Amino acid sequence: MPKDGGIGASTKRREDVRFLTGNGNYTDDINLHGQAYVHFLRSDVAHGLINKVDTEAASAMPGVLRIFTGADFEGVGGIPCGWQVTDRFGEVMQEPAHPVLAQGKVRHVGDPIAAIVAETYAQARDAAEAIEYDIDELPAVVNMKDALKEGAPKVHDDLKSNLCYDWGFVEENKGAVNEAFEKAAHVTTLELVNNRLIANPMEPRVAVGDFNRSTGDHTLYTTSQNPHVIRLLMGAFVLGIPEHKLRVVSPDVGGGFGTKIFHYAEEAFCTFAAKALNRPVKWTSTRSEAFMSDAHGRDHVTKIELALDKDNNFTALRTDTHANMGAYLSTFAPSVPTWLHGTLMAGNYKTPLIYVNVKAVFTNTVPVDAYRGAGRPEATFQLERVIDKAARELGVDPIALRRQNFITEFPYATPVAVEYDTGDYHATMDKLQEIGDLSGFEARRKASEAKGKLRGLGINCYIEACGIAPSNLVGQLGARAGLYESATVRVNATGGLVVMTGSHSHGQGHETAFPQVIAEMIGIDASMVEIIHGDTNNGPMGMGTYGSRSLAVGGSAMVRATEKIINKAKKIAAHLMEASEADIELKDGAFSVAGTDKSVAWGDVTLAAYVPHNYPLEDIEPGLEETAFYDPSNFTYPSGAYACEVEVDPETGRVTIERFSAADDFGNIVNPMIVSGQVHGGIGQGIGQALLEACAYDENGQLQTGSYMDYAMPRADDVPFYTVDHSCQTPCTHNPLGVKGCGEAGAIGSPPAVVNAVIDALQSGGKNVTHIDMPLSPSRVWAAMQG
Amino acid sequence: MYAFDIERPTTIGDAVSALGHEEAQALGGGQTLIPTLKQRLAAPAKLVSLTGISEMKGICTTDDGSLCIGGGTCHADVAAGAGAYPALADLAGHIGDPAVRNRGTIGGSLANNDPSACYPSAVLGSGATIITSNREIAADDFFDGLFTTALEDGEIITEVRFPVPEKASYQKFEQPASRFALVGVFVAKYADGVRVAVTGASEGGVFRWSEAEAALSANFAPEAIEELSVDGSGMISDLHGSGDYRAHLVTVMTRRAVAAAH
Amino acid sequence: MPQVNMTVNGKSASGQIEGRTLLVEFLRETLGLTGTHVGCDTSQCGACVVHVDGKAVKACTMFAAEAEGAEVLTIESMAAPDGTLNTIQQAFQDHHGLQCGFCTPGMVMSAAALLKDNPKPTEAEVRDYLEGNICRCTGYHNIVKAILAASGQDVSAIAAE
Repeated sequence: MPKDGGIGASTKRREDVRFLTGNGNYTDDINLHGQAYVHFLRSDVAHGLINKVDTEAASAMPGVLRIFTGADFEGVGGIPCGWQVTDRFGEVMQEPAHPVLAQGKVRHVGDPIAAIVAETYAQARDAAEAIEYDIDELPAVVNMKDALKEGAPKVHDDLKSNLCYDWGFVEENKGAVNEAFEKAAHVTTLELVNNRLIANPMEPRVAVGDFNRSTGDHTLYTTSQNPHVIRLLMGAFVLGIPEHKLRVVSPDVGGGFGTKIFHYAEEAFCTFAAKALNRPVKWTSTRSEAFMSDAHGRDHVTKIELALDKDNNFTALRTDTHANMGAYLSTFAPSVPTWLHGTLMAGNYKTPLIYVNVKAVFTNTVPVDAYRGAGRPEATFQLERVIDKAARELGVDPIALRRQNFITEFPYATPVAVEYDTGDYHATMDKLQEIGDLSGFEARRKASEAKGKLRGLGINCYIEACGIAPSNLVGQLGARAGLYESATVRVNATGGLVVMTGSHSHGQGHETAFPQVIAEMIGIDASMVEIIHGDTNNGPMGMGTYGSRSLAVGGSAMVRATEKIINKAKKIAAHLMEASEADIELKDGAFSVAGTDKSVAWGDVTLAAYVPHNYPLEDIEPGLEETAFYDPSNFTYPSGAYACEVEVDPETGRVTIERFSAADDFGNIVNPMIVSGQVHGGIGQGIGQALLEACAYDENGQLQTGSYMDYAMPRADDVPFYTVDHSCQTPCTHNPLGVKGCGEAGAIGSPPAVVNAVIDALQSGGKNVTHIDMPLSPSRVWAAMQG
Repeated sequence: MYAFDIERPTTIGDAVSALGHEEAQALGGGQTLIPTLKQRLAAPAKLVSLTGISEMKGICTTDDGSLCIGGGTCHADVAAGAGAYPALADLAGHIGDPAVRNRGTIGGSLANNDPSACYPSAVLGSGATIITSNREIAADDFFDGLFTTALEDGEIITEVRFPVPEKASYQKFEQPASRFALVGVFVAKYADGVRVAVTGASEGGVFRWSEAEAALSANFAPEAIEELSVDGSGMISDLHGSGDYRAHLVTVMTRRAVAAAH
Repeated sequence: MPQVNMTVNGKSASGQIEGRTLLVEFLRETLGLTGTHVGCDTSQCGACVVHVDGKAVKACTMFAAEAEGAEVLTIESMAAPDGTLNTIQQAFQDHHGLQCGFCTPGMVMSAAALLKDNPKPTEAEVRDYLEGNICRCTGYHNIVKAILAASGQDVSAIAAE
């Protein structure tokens, strides 16, 4: 296979051409004939009783078609949660109702009170100001620990408390873990915050609902990472529309990072209102609106303790985390601090005893759910920070301490219920030391000191569980969905292929990378393969893209479907060449009979399938189209080692990233260019979390970071060029491509490297600083230096 | 945005008469006003765009050597054309981002008097004169607290006249999100003394740090102010820094400005 | 409603507007040029950057009425009429300078403005110039690399792939 189009080639992305010329088709670019516009009137208080919403005067405003309130959604389902966690006492989590529009109470700033549909967006917004509403403001709960106190205001009056669940993992290990701590030679303790973030894909969310009264068909165009999931959740649980009467389309989507996984009220509203008004209804979020309506990420408060024996072997790990759910349970919120977090607490280390406690808490804030990495960054951050702190307390080299405790034999069953299939953590650490030129650090530190700057080096390792996920396993853990993926491969008569994948590309480059796999399998040019995704009317039920799963799960489904195609094509080829099927070989786009010079081209076989004049009709059907569903047998476990070098300005506290190196093991790689790009982007977001980004609320639940004026997004001059390497490859053992996934690694592996580096820099300057909570803004670093 | 009419006069006279209407508001480059209008925080009935008035654009030098900048001159043009006053050109070249600098104007920035804007520090630090459609206002009389100036309704900044110092520098420490000045210090050394103006820091808006001016007038060197400090109690305290932090940065940025002055 | 007349991508364009109609709304909604995007409402993200009379501006922070008589260029004008990408666009594709593509039109328009004024920028100058263009996908690595490459500089020493 020529390396310009098969597996391992850095093929340039074909989708780039439309994006670079302004010809992308994003949801906001879709305008339907006769469409109306909706504006949501959102609560400006965090918690309150709705006494009155009077829409009469507003309804008479110019252009207003109809104003909807919570009352219009009586009898309509609420926004569902897709995961039910069972707590450490065997009780299921508390699960509040989540109406499309607020009913009775508002529970966070941004909770929608009314929806105004008008001829123009400006008219809808004008009318919103004419709605007379009266809300009795109630005391808000914002701080999680306060929310759990006796007598705290309840976010949901019908629940017992603000505690969603109290999860222990592995509960049976708790006693043994505590015992190990009593015997420990050294215990390192760290209390930390994993800062609340807003995902901020550059494309704000958009929804356009449409209804065809003559057929009863609904269509929703939406900025989703998983249109089939939206179709199922919204159709079955909210609006009662059977799937065959509901089409969900997610065309070009401008980034997701998790926050476009979830089913949102605005999607249900536009679909509902399109039918009620018999007109298309469009909603385009402003960025300001996105800050108070897109699900947020992270927001954990953790105490972690690491026990070591006298030889510095890790003997036990114990964590206590409060995880913010916000005011309602977003689609996958309960799974993030539990099964995507607790199961990763072993990290790259053979710690034999681990106990994780997570209390998930309702507060009067925007719902919190998965954001790039989802649970795994939180696990990695606390683990790699406490190891670094332990190394400093013990006076040992942080790399040596990690290496000493690395898992080295695979498969490895962790004490937190997962089995790593492959990995080589020494190899990635070796590679990191090489590409990061860590031996040259001391010289660079001296150079920085000569200019009056403190320089620090931070190291960390990570492991993640990707390729989500085995359906029977996640079913046992509370998922209300399967997590397989699907593909239909359609071969046309003239030999070209169309793949309809359940994966969704919103920047990942599937349109380029997926054809590379098929090109390799068949031996044809990748340009003969087209990828279709993002339309529930075009392709089988798919679960979408998140959790670094597209190639590992969606790609595997495509491989399985293509194998079926090849098997059938071999039967046809055997017939055409009057040979035995067992003797047919496929190479470079041609079928040949082993040991002979007989050969028939790919295109001749595909043509025969559709023009079956000379064809084994008694044995096989005409046509060449196959579907496969792939359900993985395990997660995949990408891993790596990262190094960050920072300079700190001791006068101002300003931190600059001077070098960043990442050595990852993603198993096999289809398109190295795209993989590097994914890592770059993840590192950029991780540096953002470490140095810049924080979503902040005041004690009354007012969002203080309501725009880019206060929420600091990383810009080009906040980051350096990164050095990334993915030559360490231990292929996944259980999927056909041997791939592990690369989408989240950068965001998981980079925050602890940055923070470890800053602590190293400050300590090198004689400052007794052992921890600073992210983001390490200049003011926080300066304050820490003041002691 | 609320609905409004927009007018685009081509002379200062026409602009002044257009602004005579009730609820009319001047629109400079719009880089602050338009986002404000989007949030529906302002509701003018009429916007009078000043961008079509060519007599308000451009840079020239007067006979006494002062640098005159038309009120409608955008930041990019000042960055490129104020070579006679390098510290001012440098300041203009670091306001916002390139696209903002192609629209935002000096007059608009000064009339708005955002407490974190850069230009007020240059104007106050240079003892510049603000020339309006009907009078001249000394910098020391112009700024009047947050978002407030001596301008009267309908009065337009047509020109700003900067005496050019022997040496000067502006040092900005950026707020990480907005990239406005968390603290910005403009230091200018004139034959008759040194002026130090601070933006971003104070709850009262841009101010002159008179103790530093006295010390630097005696000895224009970073060491001259090493013992000086600023009280954090009157400083802005927010997510991005406490009052004490800002007070500390005032001293750091002032020292750096003195060291960098040229 | 008043009428506005301007030249967009070399063709005369006119339409009825309100006073509050932003240039980006006129481009997207009246002219159907949807390549120019809106990613924020505080003039920071730069997804809407276009050229007005040769200068890069944020089309979300300028009224359509203010573009009366102006020459406006959008992303749709950058490739040759036969679809051939220009040097900057080609460099973005060659160096994987985009992922989701949403910020890309603004990035390309800003890069074009930069290279017009500064044909051989340093890495630091490129990063500084992009202060008003936010990308969430790429970590900026390949954007900066693509712009340096588009300026004709050798980028082979910058991290692989």
